[in-house]
Amino acid sequence: MNRLKEKIMSTVFLISALTSILAVGLICLFLLVNGIPAMQEIGLFNFLLGKEWSPADTPAVFGILPMILGSLYVTAGAMLIGVPIGILTAVFLARVCPKRLYKAVKPGIELLAGIPSVVYGFFGMAAIVPLTGNSILSACILLGIMILPTIIGVAESAIRAVPEQYYEGALALGAGHYRSVFRVLLPAARSGVLAAVVLGVGRAIGETMAVIMVAGNQARMPVSLFKGVRTLTANIVLEMGYAAELHRGALVATGVVLFVFILIINLSFSALKRRAK
Amino acid sequence: MRGKIKVSERFMASITWAAAGITLCALLFLVGFILVKGIPHLKPSLFSLTYNSENVSLMPALISTVIMTLMALIIAVPLGVFSAIYLTEYARRGNKAVGLVRVTTETLSGIPSIVYGLFGLLFFVTALGWGFSMLAGAFTLSIMILPLIIRSSEEALKAVPDTYREGAFGLGAGKLRTVFRIVLPSAMPGILAGIILAVGRIVGETAALIYTAGTVAQIPVSPMQSARTLSVHMYALSREGLHMDEGYATAVVLLLVVVLINAVSARIAKRIGGKA
Repeated sequence: MNRLKEKIMSTVFLISALTSILAVGLICLFLLVNGIPAMQEIGLFNFLLGKEWSPADTPAVFGILPMILGSLYVTAGAMLIGVPIGILTAVFLARVCPKRLYKAVKPGIELLAGIPSVVYGFFGMAAIVPLTGNSILSACILLGIMILPTIIGVAESAIRAVPEQYYEGALALGAGHYRSVFRVLLPAARSGVLAAVVLGVGRAIGETMAVIMVAGNQARMPVSLFKGVRTLTANIVLEMGYAAELHRGALVATGVVLFVFILIINLSFSALKRRAK
Repeated sequence: MRGKIKVSERFMASITWAAAGITLCALLFLVGFILVKGIPHLKPSLFSLTYNSENVSLMPALISTVIMTLMALIIAVPLGVFSAIYLTEYARRGNKAVGLVRVTTETLSGIPSIVYGLFGLLFFVTALGWGFSMLAGAFTLSIMILPLIIRSSEEALKAVPDTYREGAFGLGAGKLRTVFRIVLPSAMPGILAGIILAVGRIVGETAALIYTAGTVAQIPVSPMQSARTLSVHMYALSREGLHMDEGYATAVVLLLVVVLINAVSARIAKRIGGKA
């Protein structure tokens, strides 16, 4: 009786462990089965490099280059803002911040990480859009703030993981506190810091709701920092509600492109993390 | 020479402090903006039980959020904790399945929520024919939070000293009994911390829900009905653009929920830290 119970439960544990494999398999399968035929019908090159997206025209045109560029520009801009501030804040938390202050600042960063993207979106609509309009710039600023907690968290633990002797050695050689931190600790933690940046890229490129609320969402080639843009994520959310047939397939294919981007980013993140260890 | 060093030290100090200052200002600015724009519009009518375009009540969405959270947890917590038990207690060293599970959970945790939403729409809503429903939403969310629960449970189980297990075996307990009576209870705070993080993600989720649970503003009476959570409610209000004030008021409520979740998780984290 007991034996049987042990056997049954160990099988249950195994099956549970296999669900995540099953989930990834199903996600890939359903995205590909629904997306690839549309890509074929449109033509891979027309789809990926087409500069026009007009699903309402006859015949409809499905080129997602504007959205690919939109995602890349917005992500690049967000990194430009978020990476320096994030890494410096991580340095601050790990090596500069007085203990008392840390106890107040750290929960603040955690709160920043926990705030839902729609709330960020509402903040962006009220605080950023009036200044810079529904534009690439607004999306960059908002995303730059949103990825801060991600970058800070990973970078901080990477800096903390550097052995104390490195710092002490630098001090002993006559370097000042900040020089030791920036010239010795930070380079020693570079794999971890880079992993933080890559994770930030993943967050930024995958972010949907906040971007939709401030980016303007025009499906056209990006023209200027102060003009609107549509990202891959936004394209899916905005049109999936009413899309049918080829249009729907093209949107799923947009998801496939996004998924491929994310897989590449994930792979580089795990490679970096392994190197950090 | 001395002076130059001093200058560069001072420069590095100032950019470090400035960056931390900017981060904090962003937080204060964000919270401040939401509170200032939202609090004046927190009216009792926002909390009436049914939604209509007069009162723009957030109550149905709040209740749906609670139900949605519970449903997703009921699916994901046993699956996640059991997987963690398999990975830490049952799998042998060098087991190929373990490596594969680790890769897939890492992959899952990096997938953006809109891709989950797309998958949920294609699989649960369309292929399984569930339509826009709480059930489809809950299953989609449970896949999304699975890696979080697996990882935190795994860490918590690993942190239980082997002497506990040996002691239980020594007293004649079987493997299963050891796991459920000894190991799992000692790992509970860590597992709970993971669950609370997952609750935070569910409450804040929008993109994965719009096309799975749908956007109907009602209190769902069956799992096959569509309903919107607070976050989806806010997004819907922003799309309509007619009730932005109520949107900000809803944001205040959502912010309060997040602060509460963070406080609870900090408390649990402290308890784990205190024990070690």
